[in-house]
Amino acid sequence: MGFPHESHQRETAVLSQHFGVAEARTLDGWKKRGGYQALEKALAMAPADIVTVIKDSGLRGRGGAGFPTGMKWSFMKPGDGKPHYLCCNADESEPGTFKDRELMRWTPHALVEGCAIGAYAIGAETAYVYIRGEFTEPLYFMEQAVKEAYAAGIIGKNAMGTGKRIDVHVHKGAGAYICGEETALMNSLEGRRGNPRIKPPFPAVSGLFGMPTTINNVETLIAAAPILMKGADWYKKMSLSNPKSTGTKLYSVCGNVQRPGTYEVVMGFPFREFLYDLCGGPVSGRKFKAVIPGGVSVPIQSMEEAEASLMDYEGFVEQGSMLGSGGVIVIDDAQSMVRVIARIARFFAHESCAQCTQCREGTAWATKILERIRDGQGAMEDLDTLMDISENMTGKTICVLSDSCATPIVSGIKKFRSEFESLIQGRMFHPVLAAVA
Amino acid sequence: MINLTIEGRPISVAEGTTILEAAKQVGVLIPHYCYHPGLPVAGVCRMCLVEVEKAPKLAPSCATTVAEGQVVHVHSEKSLDARKGVLEMLLINHPLDCPICDQSGECELQDYTFQEGREDSRYREPKRFNPVEDFGGDVVYVPNRCILCTRCVRFMDDVAEDPVLNVSERGDRALIGKFEGKDLTHAWAANVIDLCPVGALLSKDFLNKARAWELDRAASVCPNCTQGCNVIMETRENQLVRMRPRANEFVNAFFMCDWGRLNYRWMNEKDRVDQPMLRQEGALVVAEWEDAIAAAARLLKGKRAFVVASPMLSNESLFLLTQIMQGGSGTFRVMEGDEAPLPGVEDLALRRERAANVYGAEALGFKKSRDPLAGLGKGDVLIIAGEDLDGIDAAAMRGAGETIVIGSVMPHGVEGPAVVLPIANFSEEEGTVTNLRGRVQRFTQARQAPGLSRPSWLVLGDLLGAIGKQSSFFLPSQVFDQLAATNNKFAGLSYDTLGFKGLPIAGEPNKQKTAIAVGAA
Amino acid sequence: MGGLESPDYASHDSGAHEPHTPVFTGAAKRELDELITRYPKKMAALLPALWIVQRERGWVSDGGMAEVAELLELTPAYVKGVVTFYTMYHQHPVAKYFIQVCTTSPCGICGADDVVKSLLRHTNTGELGVPSPDGKFAVIEVECLGACGFATPIMINEEFIESVTPENVPAILARFA
Repeated sequence: MGFPHESHQRETAVLSQHFGVAEARTLDGWKKRGGYQALEKALAMAPADIVTVIKDSGLRGRGGAGFPTGMKWSFMKPGDGKPHYLCCNADESEPGTFKDRELMRWTPHALVEGCAIGAYAIGAETAYVYIRGEFTEPLYFMEQAVKEAYAAGIIGKNAMGTGKRIDVHVHKGAGAYICGEETALMNSLEGRRGNPRIKPPFPAVSGLFGMPTTINNVETLIAAAPILMKGADWYKKMSLSNPKSTGTKLYSVCGNVQRPGTYEVVMGFPFREFLYDLCGGPVSGRKFKAVIPGGVSVPIQSMEEAEASLMDYEGFVEQGSMLGSGGVIVIDDAQSMVRVIARIARFFAHESCAQCTQCREGTAWATKILERIRDGQGAMEDLDTLMDISENMTGKTICVLSDSCATPIVSGIKKFRSEFESLIQGRMFHPVLAAVA
Repeated sequence: MINLTIEGRPISVAEGTTILEAAKQVGVLIPHYCYHPGLPVAGVCRMCLVEVEKAPKLAPSCATTVAEGQVVHVHSEKSLDARKGVLEMLLINHPLDCPICDQSGECELQDYTFQEGREDSRYREPKRFNPVEDFGGDVVYVPNRCILCTRCVRFMDDVAEDPVLNVSERGDRALIGKFEGKDLTHAWAANVIDLCPVGALLSKDFLNKARAWELDRAASVCPNCTQGCNVIMETRENQLVRMRPRANEFVNAFFMCDWGRLNYRWMNEKDRVDQPMLRQEGALVVAEWEDAIAAAARLLKGKRAFVVASPMLSNESLFLLTQIMQGGSGTFRVMEGDEAPLPGVEDLALRRERAANVYGAEALGFKKSRDPLAGLGKGDVLIIAGEDLDGIDAAAMRGAGETIVIGSVMPHGVEGPAVVLPIANFSEEEGTVTNLRGRVQRFTQARQAPGLSRPSWLVLGDLLGAIGKQSSFFLPSQVFDQLAATNNKFAGLSYDTLGFKGLPIAGEPNKQKTAIAVGAA
Repeated sequence: MGGLESPDYASHDSGAHEPHTPVFTGAAKRELDELITRYPKKMAALLPALWIVQRERGWVSDGGMAEVAELLELTPAYVKGVVTFYTMYHQHPVAKYFIQVCTTSPCGICGADDVVKSLLRHTNTGELGVPSPDGKFAVIEVECLGACGFATPIMINEEFIESVTPENVPAILARFA
């Protein structure tokens, strides 16, 4: 709903309609707004039927990968005699993304409800909500909501009096971007370094504590409740474009834009209108130069690409990028693309878990080169080196962190090469710098 | 069985085999760093990437199991480019200090860079630096050379089950760490030195002692306890400078204990008797070998011999001693210490009894005793073979008959031996020993024996001939053949069938350790 | 050194070598015992346990790591490996008000560097990672705090503050006198 701004008439506020309303944070306030009716309905259904509804709705993962949620849930085999777990990925750490933060701090009960529905649907008795440690406010409100839900018997040994056990626990991260990667999150939850695991085995076979596990993003789980209440068809119809992208999507918008905030629009919404109307366009006297539509891991779009994009999983791909986490970073003509990309690379170098060689060494090496170019000490061959390092960092590691670092470098050099070149031509590389420090 | 093709070579392997292990079987070594057959798979170095036809991405061959019909390319352009990229990345922060690095010459970073790396580096930035750290035990850590393969961490976590090492920090700041005050004190900790594929973990004992290419190497068995870990003895200018484990999935997997590893200096012993000697007019004088052997034979003729043998002697020499005894008896003693197991490998420990051939000696009828001279009869000819008698009360020797010393040093407390026959020590000759599970294993000569010393089997063979028994041994294998022909326990064994991994004596199972992938590291 | 490090704040070393007095007694112990029940394996309570140590002591000392290790049946080296992975655990004592400023790209293009400069000036710290002369403040740059639409977010201890500008820094700091 454009939070913290007024909602725009073109928005479709399903998940975000109560942002900014403090009362919705409390159990009473949440119930007043129809809260926990979906859970009550779910607990009266067979788990397989819930999975079918979610499958039919076309809901896809909102964390970045866009995997069909119903299909993911269907991987959890009932009656295998093993404990199942649900993990809620609330480690929202992708720069440019802060939608889950809003969901949790304004509608924490929505997530408790979503977790309970998800857990029940996959045959889990325990759901862990892994929230990044920096999110002090969402952590506080989530813990309050969980406490209230336990006290009211909504979750616990006898959830809503149905005799079914559903525990929801909040788990606080401690500062590591990579824990947003699903297997790293599981390792972190188990009390390990947040190292991504080699797949296979996939989480549905061996996940948290070695048991079948489903992991879903905050927004995905919260979307389950309205789908159950209003039906798969209602959700499926909320699409202006590709039938494989359905429902509404939250976008966090930041950077050099008039009205940064969290917006909710239906799939297939035109990105041009979104940027210029909903978000208010560039700040006065400036022009947009580039957009990163899905968090810093996705390719940078030129304005031509951005303005031609439809906002869904396929639409952004058609225009050279990806929907990703829905973290829209808008960059105006006052910014140096080299500086922006160097700072993105530094982020990934800082966050690399250090397992894979190409990531541990490559992210830091690329950062050093980019910062050298930024500081006017670059050489033309640095650009070739960067492209080649990026190639070595793509598709060769356990997880995609190093790919994510390479993506903005490659797309940046391809689409904004002249900015690199003019910085380099200002001053050639000075070999003294190559001395070992 | 799964059928696949690796580098154009068809192969059929058991389900669940990794591509890396399958490739070994067709003679293709896929370059790798973090993978080690004795450790859990980590899949982090990304060096073993290979191209699998129809797969969207290159596959880490250490973590990818074979599939029916797979076609694997190890040396395709795509795989080579990927590995070249890894090598370049591994070297950007590496100090390239090979001229002063102990690992030089046996370094997998050198080897693979030479084999398929770039000839230059495009790295123009300052290198990362971290100070050298003493990890305790025999281990020193040089972080600048570390490639974070985590073999050491996994060994301590999963094999030694003493998690004292960790990966600390993250990104390019990461390094191997430990907790202040908690050192690598585990009895098997020094294995991390061998496991380290580069010069990051080094042996303090071996530090700056030799260049790898100056060393001569011999396949042997650790003489220091009854486990019989397979080792490589490494010498420089005829001095033993290092012992390292040799892989044997039936005995020690890929490992050896620190005590065994570091206890080699005694084999470089200095106060050697290195010439045959005879007693003349109350004093020992240097003699010809023939004369000394003849003199010993004269003493033994028609007499009962009492043999005090060392449990470090080979099966061959102990067998010959039993022939020479002529109805006499043999005893031995063995040093003892605390047992120290390696929890991650079944039935592997530094054993309480600290000599290689305790079980061989017992199998051949020698009696273990804390006082090996007890039972020495009046008038018996005493043969002291390989035993230095240190700490043994020599009083028992008085009243016995003449004494023949067959050894590499002069035993303590022996007064006026009639004959001294100098023999090679364990590192200087060839033979077999039998470990505590009855496994008979060959060891080979690593050093030259000093002076006129001869291999013990040769000396004892000659002596046996001189007392009139049939004896014509030109090789230790012939002695062993005779042992096998006359002793049921050794029946059917020969040097050829023993190979270099050994075989058990009759009645003992030939059991491979569980959870160890076959093949060299 | 030489790696891509943010400035360390190792300089605030007072108390780093004092003997460790146990954290997990009384209420803290009961809190940990309850936390352990939430997981099928004790080890999973490691991150929460370390948070308790930091809450009680302001940082996680070697002694604190050793204590947690013993309670959760781990080794201190293992715990240290975990602690050093996560940037939010302080491995050294920190200033009374520890200020973390997000300077990642989205905030970076919205003026985060100027916020840092303003904070360094008004806290009288002058340099990243160095405590102010009165020991009250220290400022470090951190990666994405996840509130990019509210550039520039900062954290002062556990308090999350949005939309910080160079101009409103003095008013914010006044609350932490």
